Amino acid sequence: MTTVASGAVVLLLLWLALWTVVARDAFLAVAGFVVYGLLLALVWVRLAGIDVALTEAAIGGGLTGALLLGAVGRLRGTESAAATEIAGVGTRAVAALLAVGVTAALVLGVLMLPEPVPTLAPLVVPNLPATGVANPITGVLLAFRALDTLLEAIVLVIALIGVWSFAPDRAWGGRPGPHYQADPDGILAYLARLLPPLGIVIGLYLFWAGADHPGGKFQAATILAAMWMLVQMAGLADSPRTDHRGLRAGIVIGPLAFIAVGVLGLWTAGAFLAYPEGWAKPLIVVIEVALLPTLTLVLALLMNGPPSRGGTR
Amino acid sequence: MSRLLDLFSIVAIAAGAFFYLAGTVGLLRFPDAYSRLHALTKADNLGLVLVVIGLLPQVDGVLMALKLLLVWLLVMLSSAAVAQLIARSVRRKDTRP
Repeated sequence: MTTVASGAVVLLLLWLALWTVVARDAFLAVAGFVVYGLLLALVWVRLAGIDVALTEAAIGGGLTGALLLGAVGRLRGTESAAATEIAGVGTRAVAALLAVGVTAALVLGVLMLPEPVPTLAPLVVPNLPATGVANPITGVLLAFRALDTLLEAIVLVIALIGVWSFAPDRAWGGRPGPHYQADPDGILAYLARLLPPLGIVIGLYLFWAGADHPGGKFQAATILAAMWMLVQMAGLADSPRTDHRGLRAGIVIGPLAFIAVGVLGLWTAGAFLAYPEGWAKPLIVVIEVALLPTLTLVLALLMNGPPSRGGTR
Repeated sequence: MSRLLDLFSIVAIAAGAFFYLAGTVGLLRFPDAYSRLHALTKADNLGLVLVVIGLLPQVDGVLMALKLLLVWLLVMLSSAAVAQLIARSVRRKDTRP
């Protein structure tokens, strides 16, 4: 019975992927992509990867979908012109060949995996108690592969700087996005008043539960950022000034605290990003707490886009 | 007793699945955006509450049951609000000269 259900979900997923690629209308393609992300989250639940499922639903489907919808809005003016363009036979053949080639290489790679699949899981499990966290995902992300997580946080900050650099000179340091005007008695304003208190509690719960259960800073930051966006889109608050010192401090505090803890490890434990004996859990908590504002701010500001009005020059 | 509860769960979840199916048929078959929204919000909300009621006897612990109820309330809230927003944007498009 469950095999039939899994098979049906896989077929639906493949069909949806094809539909998303073939769709001519950009908005429809993004809608397909969001549903695809949610279905993929279901697949991860079925594979018992709850952490991955949460991340896929929050970031893959939710946040990326919202970013793509923003892009669709910006491209609306050029869409009809783009729709009339049809690539030549040669270009299409090369594109098809490339797509089929990549798929074939991936399929071959998966089929040719050695048995048993190489894994470090047996090494991680006995060493996990030393980190003081019970969720193996959090343990791997912040102890065994902390360097990856550090670079990830830095990449996000650089991505935000990249988005900001698209600002015209006159708007530099100003506020991003439009100032949304919504009916103060409308349903959106009602939702933006009712939902954020709940969302903040749920976000912080996910953040704190991440030590021992599925969850963590990324999923929590997505929810917190979504609540902030809701308040902005309902017109209850304007987007922040991008030259605000507190805002900029909040953006860089995560990577800076992470690097500080890493350098501390040079003296106390003999290696960059190594934790001294017995101090792993408190240091991991320090890094997580510092990363939460960074991730929340960066994700929300990526949604906001480059500064567009009210610059200092 | 537990047999009876299992039977209750099966009946409630099956009824919930039926209403989801009905809502989806409505979404696919109804002629305009308003009636499609009507089918989705009415039938799917009923389907969801039946599924949640059906699952309640199966969970262990009050906390888990409360989480299920919270999920139900949040989905109700968001689907009701989103239905309003979609209907409004459709009406704006319809009344545009």
